[in-house]
Amino acid sequence: MVIATLSFYLFAFTAVASAIFVVVSRNPVHSVLWLILTFFSAAALFVLLGAEFIAMLMLIVYVGAVAVLFLFVVMMLDVDFAELRGSVSGYLPLGLAIGLILLMELGIVFGNWIFAENAPALRAAIAPAPEDTHNTVALGQLIYTDYVFMFQTAGLILFVAMIGAIVLTMRHRPNVKRQSIVEQIYRDPKDAYEMVDVKPGQGI
Amino acid sequence: MEFMIDTFGLYFGTFLVILAQCLLVVVLILVALAFLMYGDRKIWAAVQMRKGPNQVGAFGLLQSFADFIKYIAKEVIVPSGADKIVFFLAPMITFIMAVVVWAVIPFNEGWVVSNINVGILYIFAISSFEVYGVIMGGWASNSKYAFLGALRSAAQMISYEVSIGLIIVGVLISTGSLNLTDIVRAQDGNYGLLSWYWLPHFPMVWLFFVSALAETNRPPFDLPEAESELVAGYQVEYSSTPFLLYMIGELMALVFMTAMMTILFFGGWLSPIPGLPDGILWFVGKMLVFFFLFSMVKALVPRFRYDQLMRLGWKVFLPLSLGWVVLVAAFAQYGVPGYARWAVGG
Repeated sequence: MVIATLSFYLFAFTAVASAIFVVVSRNPVHSVLWLILTFFSAAALFVLLGAEFIAMLMLIVYVGAVAVLFLFVVMMLDVDFAELRGSVSGYLPLGLAIGLILLMELGIVFGNWIFAENAPALRAAIAPAPEDTHNTVALGQLIYTDYVFMFQTAGLILFVAMIGAIVLTMRHRPNVKRQSIVEQIYRDPKDAYEMVDVKPGQGI
Repeated sequence: MEFMIDTFGLYFGTFLVILAQCLLVVVLILVALAFLMYGDRKIWAAVQMRKGPNQVGAFGLLQSFADFIKYIAKEVIVPSGADKIVFFLAPMITFIMAVVVWAVIPFNEGWVVSNINVGILYIFAISSFEVYGVIMGGWASNSKYAFLGALRSAAQMISYEVSIGLIIVGVLISTGSLNLTDIVRAQDGNYGLLSWYWLPHFPMVWLFFVSALAETNRPPFDLPEAESELVAGYQVEYSSTPFLLYMIGELMALVFMTAMMTILFFGGWLSPIPGLPDGILWFVGKMLVFFFLFSMVKALVPRFRYDQLMRLGWKVFLPLSLGWVVLVAAFAQYGVPGYARWAVGG
């Protein structure tokens, strides 16, 4: 148990420290890299909780997809670091105010948080006992068997959102030269070039 | 294990055992890599009717070790304007991630450093980190060529990770477990060679092979290193040991893909002929066969164009593998023989 406690503090400290560095660091690329370290530490905390499936999914989704996208965008930005440095102090009061409001709201919410009497019993009824199954099976049971309609509906909403984004941003511009892949593949060497036997001194 | 715990106490003894296992795996793989590199060059040379490395040691066997010394003895050059920390972090990430992923590979029944239930997901998680080695290296070099190479390479790796993932999902549906040892055990049958997954999952074996080439940036998909346009992609500015780390990391990822092929489709340590004993020799033998195939592809196939590569990944491989997942799910549900191994007790 000593090792578990030690590793908890190690990863928790790393998560918090790297989260602070995300905000503090001047270079946006460094910020994203710190963010990745935060995700990694959070995943390690999930492993310590015994939720290895969530931990791995966290790494795959956030580190493997979301952060890569961030990094792509941020690296392509042409940021003037000197200008950025000067303007940070201007945003400081505003940022502090927003943070303070958020903290107060959280305080109010959690101060009045009351569990329903039968909540633990309800939760125990749907979730398989952790001793019986490992958590991939348990999650699969919950998502794909017990709550399949809600899950499918959520997926459908995301799908509609994706199509909406594509419809809104896609522009078919005329007069753009495009490659026809099929035409390229079915192109025959016979039509593309001819072999000519050139006699010396005569030319073609 | 018992002896170590008795001698050194519970924590320290366990720690020593795990450390010893990790070291053993890493050292063995690194030494094997040296000879695989030599084999790669020899095969390539044989295809082009050259002799290949033949000077250092008998038949040039020690060539890789000579190269190793050459690399680490060279000067480390940092380009001006480079982000120094990220510049050196990038090759380390590539190398470390290529090494740690071996922790879940079962070389034989029970011969695995960490037999976790989410082995496949662990592999995905680690391989999503491998992209960062490339992106960070390209960005930190402060060079246009390196940056373009990194963008290409990262986009390529992410694209083919999707189809590799879907191909593996098909195997997982058949097995009913994310544990790599269970996947191999599920392929244990009375017919030896014929009860492995390559037969029921036949079309996906080819897709996986090609995707593995693209994922590891091997020819014919070595576009990030396209010498004619990008010099050497994201590695342009690297020299000496950082470059060596990149090179070892890439080769190790390739060898890892051969191990994945072996485990997913070709029965891991199981013997192909029913009467013979199973064992690690089969595992290594199968890996060597796939490594030979990878080398031959490198020697024989010309390079793809980048848009063709992306088209192949997203418009051919993704629909095919997605359709296959649906098909396998249906086969497993309706009890087509060979698909639902969890039903027969795999």
